[in-house]
Amino acid sequence: MQQQEAVLDRDAAVAELTNLMAKFTAYIGKRLPTDVQHKLGELREKEVNFLAKEVYESMRQNQDAADKLDRPSCQDTGVIQYFVTAGAKFPLLGELEDILLGATQGATKDGPLRHNAVETFVEKNTGTNTGSKIPWLDWEIVPQDDSVIIDVYMAGGGCTLPGASKVLMPGQGYEGVAEFVFDVVTSRGVNACPPLLVGVGVSTSAETAARLSKKAILRPVTSRHSNDNAALMEELLADGLNELGLGPQGLTGNASVMGVNIESSARHPSTIGVAVSTGCWAHRRGRIKINADMTWEVISHRGFKL
Amino acid sequence: MKKTLTTPIKDEDLESLNVGDVVYLTGTLVTCRDVAHRRLIELGRELPVNLEGGAIFHAGPIVRQKEDGEYEMVSIGPTTSMRMEKFEKEFIRRTGVKLIVGKGGMGPETQEGCAENKAVHAIFPGGCAVLAATKVEKIEAAEWTDLGMPETLWVNRVKEFGPLIISIDTKGNNLIEENKKVFNDKKKPILERINQQVRFIK
Repeated sequence: MQQQEAVLDRDAAVAELTNLMAKFTAYIGKRLPTDVQHKLGELREKEVNFLAKEVYESMRQNQDAADKLDRPSCQDTGVIQYFVTAGAKFPLLGELEDILLGATQGATKDGPLRHNAVETFVEKNTGTNTGSKIPWLDWEIVPQDDSVIIDVYMAGGGCTLPGASKVLMPGQGYEGVAEFVFDVVTSRGVNACPPLLVGVGVSTSAETAARLSKKAILRPVTSRHSNDNAALMEELLADGLNELGLGPQGLTGNASVMGVNIESSARHPSTIGVAVSTGCWAHRRGRIKINADMTWEVISHRGFKL
Repeated sequence: MKKTLTTPIKDEDLESLNVGDVVYLTGTLVTCRDVAHRRLIELGRELPVNLEGGAIFHAGPIVRQKEDGEYEMVSIGPTTSMRMEKFEKEFIRRTGVKLIVGKGGMGPETQEGCAENKAVHAIFPGGCAVLAATKVEKIEAAEWTDLGMPETLWVNRVKEFGPLIISIDTKGNNLIEENKKVFNDKKKPILERINQQVRFIK
């Protein structure tokens, strides 16, 4: 009897968490995180170029309308990705994958989200935003913890396209890293809806750098790397890219980027893995913390209600 | 004063436009992107919509079907126009389309197509999809629905749809290509300065 009740409780908790994550996933497609909102407000106020001001004004009107009409602010609601930082003792650790699959299906209906999962090789849109390995889950386990932090991310095709990764020789140094970042942003950044949040991974190989570059844009816009040299490089890259003056939509203006975030790991002495991921101005990510007792707290946005 | 283009668009409506001008559109705007371009140009299929004097939108919207069967435009912003560069010159020649709306610039082929056939490319601010949806009065038809929601040709009746920033005019000017040259010229001296400060390997 007790066992049955435990199963019922567990099922209820799974349903509750699926509903919460579906609502949160749909929500972040409609309202930008607080740090991004602030940054865009700041850039809009500083802008002097006529066309750039026109575009910033459209952006402002759009976010107001999305909020009021409760609709996805950008039509491209991306392929849904969840970055899970899970305590090893989180009670529903084993159920999380199914929960997030259900959340994606729920958000697709409730949002509504655009149908964006095309099954590769079959080349058919599944119509549910789910498919092989989609929603994409990235896991990090925290050994002694019993809560979970989930970053939801939806990136449109436009700001996903510039993504690039490469392995440099040490002789190319951090100078090579800077050149790679500039090449990516000048060649493909214009179509990615600037002002961008640029994530840079500096690591050992192509895929480790790529993963870190994506983790970098999950960090707040104004955050800084804990290493002084890396933090200096973030600042130099952001200032330098802004000097290019891409402006919103590449129409020229004061800024090219909202910021540059670097994430790094140790590397092989013979290699420097470098990667760039770009987030568009409509940088739709959300961070939520769920405790072992299923209470929760939204970290990225103010005002989320179930 | 707002400058508004109305479909069907005539050559003379476009001749005075220059890159950087801001215009609005009233009339019919048809979404048309990757696979629709491929079907017409590469697969030789006839487009199910007449685009003579018309306007297309490189966009894949979110559309909701209401209980009475009518479609409602929820969210419709532009997608990267450059993906259609491979097809657009021929597309303009074959369809007689006059206004191409999208995001970012397009290349030299489209530029040629616009000059030869008197057409323009315009940028609608990317990501501003709800603002755009509020300018759609009605979805009048949906064609090639087998392509799924993003790729279907949605035929929209729009009113003062914009701002549309002219990025390729009928005189061979290309705003974004010109901007890109400026960005590239600026790049080298900036990098030289940065590189002196990031010599962390000693």
